[in-house]
Amino acid sequence: MVSIADRLPAVSSPTALGRLLDNRIFLSFTFMLPAAVLLLLFLTYPLGLGVWLGFTDTKIGRAGVWIGIDNYLSLFQDSVFRLSVFNTILYTTVATVGKFALGLWLAILLNNHLPFKGFIRAIVLLPWIVPTVLSAIAFWWIYDSQFSIISYTLQRLGLIDQYINFLGEPNPARASVIAANIWRGIPFVAICLLAGLQTISPSLYEAAALDGATHWQRFRHVTVPMLMPILSVVLTFSVIFTFTDFQLIYAITRGGPVNTTHLMATLAFQRAIPGGQLGEGAAIATAMIPFLIASTLISYYGIQRRKWQQGGRDD
Amino acid sequence: MTDAAATLGKKAAADEAQGMDYLMTLPRKVVTVYVPLICFLIVLLFPFYWMAVTTLKPNDELYDYARFNPFWIVNPTLRNIEKLLFETDYPAWLLNTMVVTAAATALALFASVLAAYAIQRLRFKGAQTVGLLIFLAYLVPPSILFIPLATMVFGLGLYDTQWALILTYPTFLIPFCTWLLMGYFKSIPYELEECALIDGATRIQILWKITLPLAVPGLISAGIFAFTLSWNEFIYALAFISSSENKTVPVGVLTQLVEGDVYHWGSLMAGALFGSLPVAVLYSFFVEYYVSSLTGAVKE
Repeated sequence: MVSIADRLPAVSSPTALGRLLDNRIFLSFTFMLPAAVLLLLFLTYPLGLGVWLGFTDTKIGRAGVWIGIDNYLSLFQDSVFRLSVFNTILYTTVATVGKFALGLWLAILLNNHLPFKGFIRAIVLLPWIVPTVLSAIAFWWIYDSQFSIISYTLQRLGLIDQYINFLGEPNPARASVIAANIWRGIPFVAICLLAGLQTISPSLYEAAALDGATHWQRFRHVTVPMLMPILSVVLTFSVIFTFTDFQLIYAITRGGPVNTTHLMATLAFQRAIPGGQLGEGAAIATAMIPFLIASTLISYYGIQRRKWQQGGRDD
Repeated sequence: MTDAAATLGKKAAADEAQGMDYLMTLPRKVVTVYVPLICFLIVLLFPFYWMAVTTLKPNDELYDYARFNPFWIVNPTLRNIEKLLFETDYPAWLLNTMVVTAAATALALFASVLAAYAIQRLRFKGAQTVGLLIFLAYLVPPSILFIPLATMVFGLGLYDTQWALILTYPTFLIPFCTWLLMGYFKSIPYELEECALIDGATRIQILWKITLPLAVPGLISAGIFAFTLSWNEFIYALAFISSSENKTVPVGVLTQLVEGDVYHWGSLMAGALFGSLPVAVLYSFFVEYYVSSLTGAVKE
């Protein structure tokens, strides 16, 4: 059909420019140009430049020379870097599990008949909409060592004697930033999974119930398989953006106390921008790439994607 | 795929009336649905309440939990907001954020509409591959790009200017918007364009007069999503901007309102609250578009 239309003489465009603009190849090229220029110049090129910088000793204000894998060798000796790798993996794993467990629960709750359903769904998304840094500042204040509202409440309830030093000790600090990350991630997961849940026909649940399936069996054998396609996409996104998270840590702890909550992204920033060691920072950032590819492949292919689950045919 | 899912969703919603909901008794529903849901809502909304309460509290109440119940305000004051608006660079940050956000969104939308139309409708050779590459571009996080970008921004002489942000923000906006718009263009019947082609319309006329008017919901979704993403952006703005009067709201509030070891929690919270309000207000007007773009993008 396209070819017939294309073979017809261009009636309304007799000029050379008009004919050129109706040429599919030329037009495609012109239309792709703005996006391609911006993406190649500010995404693809810096990606390569970052890998290259990781092999140099560039500092702010001084062009670097090629030093091979020296940056990586010194990073492997660096206990702060190794701690940041450990923190990043811990942070990603715990926060992702928390986000998906709670997000799925919230999605299932929202999938019921509820009064003011639209309104509830709207306010549930709020934590995800507002700037992360600004809500992180609110968490910073909630975790304050002297005036923490959580400590105050727990103390009034008689559960603790002393105020919790949320951000002053390594493990409480890790738990605090993970909790803030989960808080921010739940809405995204819940709303996406809710969209998936709404496409599951209730007749499947009825059929399962008639066959004598319990609540758990209905969840395990109807809900979970039907949700898998959307779950795998949401999981991939969530893992990538949790792994490379920067804002929450930078706003709440800046990597402290004594570097114990540094993630790879915050460490890269600290070494590169305030520290001036652009080469070393770029090496840390580049070191994230293999982890990212691995986690993406695991979350994307680890969960089977079958077309029939989306209403298409299996092939 | 989006419209298939939408029809499926509608069918499911229609079925729901005869679902198994009638098997649930009220007390059971209260325990399994309402109580957990209320707990979720309290936890998700408490930080906003706390921001608002802290903003409106005078200092003697703020730091005295023994005499005043911290959950409530006895003598509300606007002092913190006044301090934020008249004694800091906050208005300048707000203006910068608006300028950068508007410019980056416009640039990204322009590039995305053309790219999505070319990929989805002109179907040039390799269009599928380009579509996939754009999807992959969305998976490249800013955290691994900001160091090389900082050296580029410096080399181009854009350091500490708004152009540094206006030109770099589209890198994460274009992939998302293109992807979203491809889905919308796909749902517009191709027959409409064929009719126009036969009537002698040029491709540009078709895009401008037929496809775009039909894709307005998609344009709104992509636009407000791009707006929110740029408004919330932090790491580029932190790395590429150094002087206070050029900062954006998230960076300014975090770096300029903390003086040494003294935290003025009242004005910090006021800054956080007022930085969040514009996106929250915009969001409240376009909730349905947000939800559809969020879920539509994931389903594609």
